[in-house]
Amino acid sequence: MIEAPINAKIKGEAFTSLPQDLYIPPYALEVFLETFEGPLDLLLYLIRKHNLDILDISMADLTRQYMQYVEKMHAIKLELAADYLLMSAMLIEIKSRMLLPKPADIESEEDPRAELVRRLMEYEAIKLVAQRLDEMPKVGEDIIVANAYYQNICDIKPPEVSLDDLAESWRNVLKRASHYKHHKVSREELSVREHMSIILRRLKTDKLVEFSQLFDIVQDGMPKLVVYFLAILELAREGLLRMTQQAPFSPIYLQISV
Amino acid sequence: MSQVNNPSNIKELKNILEAALLTSHEPLSLDDMTRLFSERMERTTLRMLLDELKQDWSFGSQKSTMELVQVATGYRFQARSEYANYLAKMCPEKQVKYSRAVMETLAIIAYKQPVTRGDIEQIRGVAVNPNVMRQLQERDWIDVIGQRDVPGRPSLYATTKIFLDDLNLRSLSELPAMEDFAQQEIPLDS
Repeated sequence: MIEAPINAKIKGEAFTSLPQDLYIPPYALEVFLETFEGPLDLLLYLIRKHNLDILDISMADLTRQYMQYVEKMHAIKLELAADYLLMSAMLIEIKSRMLLPKPADIESEEDPRAELVRRLMEYEAIKLVAQRLDEMPKVGEDIIVANAYYQNICDIKPPEVSLDDLAESWRNVLKRASHYKHHKVSREELSVREHMSIILRRLKTDKLVEFSQLFDIVQDGMPKLVVYFLAILELAREGLLRMTQQAPFSPIYLQISV
Repeated sequence: MSQVNNPSNIKELKNILEAALLTSHEPLSLDDMTRLFSERMERTTLRMLLDELKQDWSFGSQKSTMELVQVATGYRFQARSEYANYLAKMCPEKQVKYSRAVMETLAIIAYKQPVTRGDIEQIRGVAVNPNVMRQLQERDWIDVIGQRDVPGRPSLYATTKIFLDDLNLRSLSELPAMEDFAQQEIPLDS
């Protein structure tokens, strides 16, 4: 587990060994926060390396120590303080339950330490398997993938669409729409966001849709066309949609960007 | 099928596969490779050809430097491991090691997926640093596959096929068995 010697100096003195119990001098706290991955890791170390008995902890001392840590940790890492504090509360709870006489009618009650032991062992297995994963050969480190040079013909860049092309297409749509102009005025409230969703859903099933196919020129009328156009611009701006055009003035295609 | 019965054609089919695999930037799946041929190609035939190709490269007249391997997303050629040390010298900057927190988080996601951050915190006993998740997501080793239907709808994380590819695995079942890492029981009686 922690085989490497701890390379730290506290008040000018070399600090080489870990404590035999849970007591950590507050001034050494920073060292420990870096050496251990958390309270479970620290507890596991104490149990495995120093045969610490979970029961054999003086509650008063422990509480006093942890209160000191918490004061120290205000200045260092408050999040970690909470994790360590939770662990000490758990140990104290376990110990107090062990000390109390068990009523005869609650015989089947589980050993209060069983859950902690289960968690410790689960963490231990994860910790070891993580070391194993770290040692496994990985692409880019120990595995080098063959990649012979080949100018890939699939690698054609999508055609660029200029602002003028888009404006031109829009004018065409408007021109066609003007042929079917209705004079009925309706108070339809149109949401750009809603139309963005409509377009996205349509593109999900149809994959590739021609710009002018989105509008039903006869049915929809001008306001709807404007909302569709705004929705397309918004989708393109948000990077959700890609517009392509093979050549100037040719149809513009829309598809979901990947 | 007639083309396969012709031996000179088998050689040609294998050459086509070899050229495609050597020039591909990513592992090629069986589906990718069927697209190479104008005539219909059965998957069993394809597997047989790939198997032969693999043999050719491992026991050919001269020992080759590359081997054909199968990983999660398909087949790829890679340098034999004995050359990895030499090839590593080509890129002077050493790969930075991931911290213990990153590796433990990755292990939890790999073995217990799908998991939420809460699950990870429960097992490790400390809060998950967002930086750790970001590092794993940037490597494309983990991603969010949904939300657990509990208050707050926390994201569920899982490992990706790229993770398997990068570790030379075909599936999660090829990860080292978790049971092998169980240690001696912690004694309870004092």
